[in-house]
Amino acid sequence: MAKAKSNTEEYLRMYSQMVRIRTFEDNANQLYLSAKMPGLTHMYSGEEAVAVGICEALTDQDRITSTHRGHGHCVAKGAGFKEMFCELLGKAEGYCRGKGGSMHIADQSHGNLGANAIVGGSMGIATGSALRAKLQGSEDVTVCFFGDGATAQGLWYEVMNMAALWKLPVIYACENNGYSEYTRTDEIAAGSITARAEAFGIEAHQVDGQDVLAVNDLTRKLVARARKGEGPFFMELMTYRYHGHHVGDINREYYRSRAEEKDWKENRDPIIRFRAHLVSEGLATEEDLDALNAEIEKDAAEAVAYALDAAYPDASEVDQHVYAA
Amino acid sequence: MREITLSKAVNEAIAEEMRRDPSVFLMGEDVAEAGTPFKVLSGLVEEFGTGRVIDTPISEPGFVGMAVGAAMTGARPVVDLMFGDFIFLVMDQLCNQAAKQHYMSGGKLKVPMVLRTNMGATRRSAAQHSQSLHALVAHIPGLKVAMPSSAYEAKGLMKTAIRDNNPVVIFEDKLMYNDKAPVPEEELLIPFGKANVRREGRDITLIGTSSMVQVAEKAAEMLAAEGISAEVIDPRTIVPLDEATILQSVRKTGRAIVIDEGHQSYGITGEIASRIMEKAFYHLDGPVLRMGAMDVPVPFSPALEDLTVPTPGGVVENARRLMRGEMFDAA
Repeated sequence: MAKAKSNTEEYLRMYSQMVRIRTFEDNANQLYLSAKMPGLTHMYSGEEAVAVGICEALTDQDRITSTHRGHGHCVAKGAGFKEMFCELLGKAEGYCRGKGGSMHIADQSHGNLGANAIVGGSMGIATGSALRAKLQGSEDVTVCFFGDGATAQGLWYEVMNMAALWKLPVIYACENNGYSEYTRTDEIAAGSITARAEAFGIEAHQVDGQDVLAVNDLTRKLVARARKGEGPFFMELMTYRYHGHHVGDINREYYRSRAEEKDWKENRDPIIRFRAHLVSEGLATEEDLDALNAEIEKDAAEAVAYALDAAYPDASEVDQHVYAA
Repeated sequence: MREITLSKAVNEAIAEEMRRDPSVFLMGEDVAEAGTPFKVLSGLVEEFGTGRVIDTPISEPGFVGMAVGAAMTGARPVVDLMFGDFIFLVMDQLCNQAAKQHYMSGGKLKVPMVLRTNMGATRRSAAQHSQSLHALVAHIPGLKVAMPSSAYEAKGLMKTAIRDNNPVVIFEDKLMYNDKAPVPEEELLIPFGKANVRREGRDITLIGTSSMVQVAEKAAEMLAAEGISAEVIDPRTIVPLDEATILQSVRKTGRAIVIDEGHQSYGITGEIASRIMEKAFYHLDGPVLRMGAMDVPVPFSPALEDLTVPTPGGVVENARRLMRGEMFDAA
């Protein structure tokens, strides 16, 4: 674990946020498996320390852009379970009135500009948000989440170039979970990923994405510097996705072994690691944390039940919101 | 009333809106000191500085995507896409991102941005600098599409576009930048979705977009000499489209030709023609005719290129046949 801080409250919040993400995803997966959720979804489980470590270093004024694997970012940026489950089930009380679904949840009230179902599709949006901050003299920073698969998109190189030329307050956060859909990252990425950012003169860091404190420490430093105009920055966060590319990707031994999955889940799990740290540092007891987990599970169960009973949008909404007034 | 060029009209519209609203800024390739290759934006960087008139690298998807993000978070970018043909490069940012944010977010996010670009063949620029691709974006719900037919429209539609809370794509005909028209010095805002009846007539309705409005007007002059009275309608915006004005005219005349510089197949002419046939069928005295650009890549040689776009002579010929009641069968 990275060097400990003294702020127990912050630590417990980070733990709680990670558990909230895992619990959300477990419930979402069950909704899929029990055929109660329309469509598919992409699980964030295993990558919690990335979203939480980063978002706990941001304010509500700071923006993020998210990905198709976006539930973790959404929860970490402050979203509520009820509106998220409603959105996953296509209900009117969802964050997007059921019009976006899993891959398009946006929560503007907490600065989440939305998940994006085009791989790498939000790199322009994030960089543009940072350009706006600079033009308007705002202090907010934008974090652009994307996966290792998205580093193969040309758009990233175009916007990194402009972000570096104009010193924009944007942090590119590459969640390297080792797989680009069903293909190992080393089969799709030549050379080093951090070197690609460095080629534009962008300071690049590689960090253990399973260590929430390491992620949080680094992000705090980079955010503070980005606010002073020292950006942009790049972070490659080494992490792992426990599920397949999406919830329907069950049989995946043709691209990765069960032994590898077991190793990550048992030996490098971000929640297990941080929990052990909290207990060993005397910041919480096992009982405290069990109670916290139980509370979160109860919240999630209530939110799922609420969402299952909630109303679908009225048919009259189908052609609403095509154009803004 | 004073007369100014279309180029000057666009420049004035943007300058006025930038003075009025500090959140408006311009970005694109060579928009600052160069003022674009067509010099449409000359002088703006001197007034507003490089902070608001931003030269970008040649990275169309990158800067259009950035405009989307800036618009979603409180700015009003006007993006310059040097040639309409480059719209293919930015389709994801425009059609998957800009067009859908408002809807996908259930009305929470807005993308108030303007993409100004151009269209128009016969400039001897060949297949990748001559296309008129407005139908591609008009197909996508969430985008608005304006097609100014003169300096007057260019100014009034641009100012309205900048104040609109949606992504608007404006196609300027690059051959019309030096054409002059009367434009008032006072504030000029032209509402979207309101067609302009340029010339009233009894016998046939000519609906033209952009420079095809001039083609229709010339045809109407020639037809008048033959005793045929043509009404000329400029929709001004194709999304939203003022269907009511078009239908009202066709119900009166009973005949219509739709003229547009996009390729004829699967294009604007077919869309407008089928709306007329669906909603004014029993008022028609003949088929509604489409006149678009030929379905070929735009050729370089002047001898070939001039054959690909509608001309006043072609419109007159079709109008005469409609008036004679010819059925236009394949035979």
